[in-house]
Amino acid sequence: MAITAMQGFAGLSFFSVLLLMALGLAIIFGQMRVINMAHGEFMVIGAYTTYLLSVQASGMAPWASEYYILLAIPAAFLTAFVVGMLVEIVMIRHLYHRPLDTLLATWGLALVMQQSFRSIFGAREVSPSTPSWLEGSWRPTDMIDIPLNGMAIMLLTLLVTLGVVWLMYRSRWGLRVRATMASRDMSMAVGINTRWVDRLTFALGCGLAGIAGAAFTMISSTGPTSGTLYIVDTFLVVVFGGAGSITGTVVSAFLIAQGQSILEFFLGSSMAKVTTLLVIIGILMLRPEGLFKSKVRR
Amino acid sequence: MTPHLEPHSPLLLAVEDLSVSFDGFKAIEGLTFYMDMGELRVIIGPNGAGKTTLLDLICGKTKASEGSIKLKDIELTKLAEHRIVAHGVGRKFQTPSVYESLTVYENLEVSYPEGKSVFGALFFKNTDEVDRKIRKTAATIFLDGELDRLAAELSHGQKQWLEIGMLLIQEPELMMLDEPVAGMSVREREQTADLLNRISEGRSIIVIEHDMEFVKRIARKVTVMHQGKILAEGSMDKVQSDPRVIEVYLGH
Amino acid sequence: MSHTLPKILEKRGLPGLLILALVILVVVPLTMDVDGINLTGRFLSFAFVAVGLSLAWGYGGMLSLGQGLFFGIGGYAMAMYLKLEASTPEATRIQSTPGIPDFMDWNQITALPWFWVPFNSLTFTVLAILILPALVAALIGFALFTRRVTGVFFAIITQALVTIATILVIGQQGYTGGVNGITDLRTLKGWDIHSDSALVILYYVNGVLLLAVIALGMWVLSTKYGRILMATRDQENRIRFSGYNVAYFKIFIFALSAFMSGIGGAMFTLQVGFMSPSIIGIIPSIEFVIFAAVGGRLSLLGAVYGTLLVTYARNLFAEAYPELWLFLIGGIFIAVVMFAPYGLAGLYDKYLKKRWNTFLTRRGWKRPNGSDDALKSQLMDTNPASEASK
Repeated sequence: MAITAMQGFAGLSFFSVLLLMALGLAIIFGQMRVINMAHGEFMVIGAYTTYLLSVQASGMAPWASEYYILLAIPAAFLTAFVVGMLVEIVMIRHLYHRPLDTLLATWGLALVMQQSFRSIFGAREVSPSTPSWLEGSWRPTDMIDIPLNGMAIMLLTLLVTLGVVWLMYRSRWGLRVRATMASRDMSMAVGINTRWVDRLTFALGCGLAGIAGAAFTMISSTGPTSGTLYIVDTFLVVVFGGAGSITGTVVSAFLIAQGQSILEFFLGSSMAKVTTLLVIIGILMLRPEGLFKSKVRR
Repeated sequence: MTPHLEPHSPLLLAVEDLSVSFDGFKAIEGLTFYMDMGELRVIIGPNGAGKTTLLDLICGKTKASEGSIKLKDIELTKLAEHRIVAHGVGRKFQTPSVYESLTVYENLEVSYPEGKSVFGALFFKNTDEVDRKIRKTAATIFLDGELDRLAAELSHGQKQWLEIGMLLIQEPELMMLDEPVAGMSVREREQTADLLNRISEGRSIIVIEHDMEFVKRIARKVTVMHQGKILAEGSMDKVQSDPRVIEVYLGH
Repeated sequence: MSHTLPKILEKRGLPGLLILALVILVVVPLTMDVDGINLTGRFLSFAFVAVGLSLAWGYGGMLSLGQGLFFGIGGYAMAMYLKLEASTPEATRIQSTPGIPDFMDWNQITALPWFWVPFNSLTFTVLAILILPALVAALIGFALFTRRVTGVFFAIITQALVTIATILVIGQQGYTGGVNGITDLRTLKGWDIHSDSALVILYYVNGVLLLAVIALGMWVLSTKYGRILMATRDQENRIRFSGYNVAYFKIFIFALSAFMSGIGGAMFTLQVGFMSPSIIGIIPSIEFVIFAAVGGRLSLLGAVYGTLLVTYARNLFAEAYPELWLFLIGGIFIAVVMFAPYGLAGLYDKYLKKRWNTFLTRRGWKRPNGSDDALKSQLMDTNPASEASK
C-alpha cells in the first residue's frame, strides 16, 4: 500500500513536469497547428538558466542559495520566452502553412540548440543545488516518504496551470487567442493583430517549457540532450488530450504519467514505456481527435 | 408526402426523414425528398437553407444523424464516399475543386471510371477508347482546346466546366451540381445552360442555384428549401407565385 | 547514336537514372579503393530509405519519422541469418550452450528461441526481408489511414512506433542482442563477407538493387496510380469523390517505401558486418528524412545524391570538427526546409534544367517542349510545399 502510494507519488512528479511541457505545446499546437520539435530544448533552456542562477547564488551570500529558486522560475520563463519569440520571428512565421515542414525545421533547430548547449555548458550533466528548505521529505506515516521538492513541483504546476487557465479564459488577451483559434479571418477583420497573437502564443508556450525546465532540475540532472527525454511523451499527451483543450491536456498528462509509473512497478521501466505508448496509440486509432474534442472547426 | 410517381419514370432517389445538426444547430430537419429517374431538379432557397448540406449528406461528405437516403434501393447513409461514387453519384462542389497540379486531360483521366483500385490504377492502360472518351467529354464541356493546360491555369468558369466534365466521364446516375454558374459571365451562363440541357438526357441531375434567369432556362421542377426543410415544390411558375416562397425571399 | 540519344532523353527520368548508374557502377569503383567503395556502399544502403521517403513523403504526403523501423527489420533479418551461420556448434564450442549466438549464451538462454529458427534458411530470410517490412507497414497503414490519421499526427505516431521498437530491441537482450546489436557476422553461405573482393561484389549488388528500386519507383509514379497519389497529397478529400479509396492508395506507397527500406537494411548488414539498434532509432529515422529533404523530396534520384552528400559531409566533419558538424547539419536542415523545400533537385530544376535543355535542343538531341518537365516545374511553382489542412 505504502509502495503504491510512493510509486503513485513518483508518477505525480513526472506528471507535473510532463503537464508543464504539454501545456506549452498544447497552446502552440492548438493555436497555430505548429509542432515544435525543439520544445524539449526550450525546457533545457529553463533548466540551464536555473543552474546558472544557482551557481551565481552560491558565490554570493548564503541566503541567496536558499532563495534563488524563487527567482529562477520567472527567470527560466523569461529566457525561454525571449528565445521563443526570436525563433518565431526568424523561423516559424515563414512556415505557418506548412505544418510538416515546421516539424522538420524545428528538429533542425533542436539539433542546433543541443549543440549550443554542449558547446556552452559541456557534455556532462549538471545540477543546481537544492535549497535546504526543499530537501528532505514529509512523512505522514512511518511507511510513506514524500520528498518535499516533489511537492513543491506539484504546487508550482498547479499555480502555473491555474495561471494559464486564467490567461486563456479570463483575460482579454486569452480572448484574442481563442478568437484567432476559432477563426483567423474573422479575427483579423475585427482588428486583432493575429501576427502578434501568434508570436506571443508561441513565446508563451516556450516560456512554459522553460518553467518545466526549472521544475525538471529538481528531479533530475540536466545535460544537452535532456530535451529528447520527454519530447515524444509530450506530443502524445497533447494529441491524446485533444489539441487545444486545456482540460484534455491535464487529464491526458495525468493518465499517461500515472499509467506509466504504475506499470513501471509491475513491468519494469522499459516494458512500461512500451505498453503505455501502445495503449495511447491504440486509443488514438479508435478516437483520432483525442479525449476532448476541441470545439474549433479546423 | 406522397411520391410523385409518373407511370413511366421509376423513383431514383428517396430521402426520408433526414436530419443532421452541427453542434446543436439543426441544418436539416426531418427532410423528405423524392426524385424520379431522368429528372432535372433545381433546388433553390435562401442562404443557410441547407441546400449544400443536403448534397453533402447524399454524397457522404457529412453523416446524417437520422433518416435514410436511398438510391434506387441502396441505402447510402451507411456507405463511405468512394462507395457512393461507385454506385453512381457524382458531386460538383460549390468552389471548383479540380486537381490543380494536373492537366485538364489528366483531371479527366483520373475521373475515368476504370482503374479505381490500387492495382487497377497501377496497370491502367490509356487505350484508344479511353482517350476518345476523354476527348469527347472535353469537347462537351468546351475544353477540347485546353487538354494540355494545367487546371490551375483555367479561368473560374472553365474550372466549373472541367468539374462538370469530371462528373460526366464517370457516367453517374445522379449528378449533383452545387452552384455551377457562380462567378461566370453572361455568355458562359448561356453556354452552361445549353450544356446542362444537353447532358440531362437520360440522366438525373440536381442543381443548386441562385441565378433565377439561369434556373428558368433549365428548370422543369423546382424545390424550395428553407431552414432545413422543404418549403414548396413544383414548376417554376407555381413556386414563384407561392406566397410562402415570396415571403421567405422578400422578407429578408 | 543519333537515334538512341534522343530516345533516351525523351523518356522521363531515364537520362538521370543512367547517369546515376554510371556514377555508382563505374565512377566510384574506378576512383576509390576498397575502403572507399565499402563506405559508399554503406551510404548507398541508406539511400534506399531516402528513395522510399521521396515516394511516400514527397509524392504521397506522408511524413514518416520511423523508417528506421523498416530498415531495421530488413537489417536484423539478415543479421539473424548470418549470426546463425556464424554460430555453428563448432565455432561456439566454448559456450555453455554451443550452437546458439553468443549473446544468448551470455544471457543464460539455453535453446534457440522459436522465432529465430526459421532464419536458418536463406530462402526464408530473403523472403522475410522482402515481405516483412512491407507487411508491417501495411498493417500500420491500415490502422492509421482508414482512421484518416494524417499529417503531423501520423508523423508523431511513426516516431512513437520506432521508439517502441527501439526500446523492445534494447530491452530484450537475450533475444536481440540488446544495445550492442548482433555482431561478429562472418560468412554468407561460406563466403567471407569481409574480404576485399566480397566488399566490392556486395557494393555492386547494392548498387544494382538500388537502381532497380529507383526504376520501380519511377514506373509506379508514371502510372495512373502516380497521378492519383499526387492528387491525394494535394487534395485528399476531393479524391474520395472521384471514387478512390484513399486509404488503400496510401497503404500501398507506404508499404512500398518500407519494402525499399528493408532491402537497404539487409544490404547494410551485409556490407558492415553487424546490426544494432543505434542504426534504427529516432535519430537515424530523422536522418533519412534529412537525406531526402536535401536531395529533393520530389526526386528519387535526388534522394540518392542527397544521401551521399550528407553522409560524406558527416564523415568528413564528424572526425575533424564534431562540434561544427551538428551545427552544420541542423542549419542545413533548417535552410533546406525554409528556402529550398524541393532540395537540390528543386534547385536544379529551377535554375539549371532550362539551360541544359536548351543546350540539348540546340544540339538537336532533344525535341523542344518536354511537357513533363513543364509539369514538374509548374507543380513546384503553383504548389510550393503547401499542405492544406492536414
